[in-house]
Amino acid sequence: MAYSDKVVDHYNNPRNVGTLDKSAAEVGTGLVGAPECGDVMRLQIRVNPETNVIEEAKFKTFGCGSAIASSSLATEWIKGRTVDDALSIKNTDIVKELSLPPVKIHCSVLAEDAIRAAIGDWKKKNNVAEIAPPAK
Amino acid sequence: MSTGPSQAEIPAGVTLPIYMDNHATTPLDPRVLEAMMPYLTTKFGNAASRNHSFGWEAEQAVDAAREQVAKLIGATAKEIIFTSGATESDNLALKGIAEMYRERGNHIITQVTEHKAVLDTCKRLEKSGCRVTYLPVKADGTIDLEDLRRAIDDKTILVSIMAANNEIGVLQPVREIGKICHERGVLFHTDAVQAVGKVPLNVIDDCVDVASISAHKIYGPKGVGALYVRRRNPRVQIAAQIDGGGHERGMRSGTLNVPGIVGLGKACELAQENLLQEASRTQCLRDRLKTKLEAELDYVHVNGSMEHRLPGNLNMSFVYVEGESLLMGINDVAVSSGSACTSATLEPSYVLKALGLGDDVAHSSIRFGLGRFNTEAEVDYVAAKVIQVVRHLRELSPLYEMVKDGVDLTKVQWAAH
Repeated sequence: MAYSDKVVDHYNNPRNVGTLDKSAAEVGTGLVGAPECGDVMRLQIRVNPETNVIEEAKFKTFGCGSAIASSSLATEWIKGRTVDDALSIKNTDIVKELSLPPVKIHCSVLAEDAIRAAIGDWKKKNNVAEIAPPAK
Repeated sequence: MSTGPSQAEIPAGVTLPIYMDNHATTPLDPRVLEAMMPYLTTKFGNAASRNHSFGWEAEQAVDAAREQVAKLIGATAKEIIFTSGATESDNLALKGIAEMYRERGNHIITQVTEHKAVLDTCKRLEKSGCRVTYLPVKADGTIDLEDLRRAIDDKTILVSIMAANNEIGVLQPVREIGKICHERGVLFHTDAVQAVGKVPLNVIDDCVDVASISAHKIYGPKGVGALYVRRRNPRVQIAAQIDGGGHERGMRSGTLNVPGIVGLGKACELAQENLLQEASRTQCLRDRLKTKLEAELDYVHVNGSMEHRLPGNLNMSFVYVEGESLLMGINDVAVSSGSACTSATLEPSYVLKALGLGDDVAHSSIRFGLGRFNTEAEVDYVAAKVIQVVRHLRELSPLYEMVKDGVDLTKVQWAAH
């Protein structure tokens, strides 16, 4: 299978690889996928409690090159955004940016799930309503 | 962070890309091409033309090739039927025997890690009234002979068990299977595609009645193969599946692929000349690769028996690294993966699953197929590259980190998708 240049770039030079302290109140962790399915993504965010801005994002992914690239790209995109803004990222945006072929669309879906799971975890920890109201 | 896999040094004597996928196909040996060339150019006759020299020289070449193929497996020339390849040979063997022996019975025994050419043929035969038993394999990939004995009943006409597996290289106990079949009066077919020319196979000593052979797995051309069909003790009869001019003693009509057949013959001759020497050389390379990988990486394991295995096969799982991402990192090395992502069906290898391996281990597997033209320098390069890429990917792997932190992955509630 031929990979797009962007997928290759993220694979060779993944952005924001790492681990945040998952017990910290300002950290949200999303772990999605399953080893049997061949993809597991862990995406973590550190959110500024004053501004709700994602100041740091880290990932680790077990999966194919497209899965690695999708999660690497997701961390780039959510950094500097508010949590509610980050939720507006759609898997189709990732597909477009990385030129993923149809058989790899599930990688982008997983990355979107990972963003949602990490934000959901942070909201739960901080008692923020599951569906955030519009900005005050 | 740039542990990216693109900076490995290319040692002297190594040309990229490296071909290490010799179970998929093998390069054509230059000596085989040389033997074929006249039959692709000036000696273009039809081997069935009986009344001129063009036909005679083609027929002579085919006869010589028939001898060469027969000699490699301990058969006689009259027992060799030329086909378009091993898929056709498997189809002809199974369908031809099922049809010819219908009155005697309708039961066929095979096993779960066979090539699709056998399994899919069995599936079709089931639709036309055959009963098929698919024997399981043990964790090492071999069948249990007791299972085979128990499975044979008074309706069994055929046992079809491969000699060597194409993914894990595991050798089945062909001789013991053959003996059981002959004791019970059941025909024994073996898909010998991966084994022929790599390990000794003798149809008399091994009690094989029918065997499938392919040229392109033994440094011959694609599009040609053979079926060995025993002529005595017992005389095996096969109903033709392709009708026409009655070529190949009526078992396989169609103008003979003379250059291809000449190539198959030459490939068999070359394989026989150096069989043991080549097997031990290939095994040394394979063991060198295995030793290097095991010395440098943790959580690796070999899939299938090391004891009963093709000399050139190494099927290894690099646990917590997904196979396709590993292939992507070693993209200047041609190997295969059992990962779902690399297959058209998005299912991980059924062969690895049959060994009782979890899908997660199957997803992490790589098949290295070493052959005649691989060198020590290539092995060293491939080992270094794989080690580098596995380390890179494990730095990215949440599973590797969790295991290192003492998490039991089987106890994690995964959100499967």
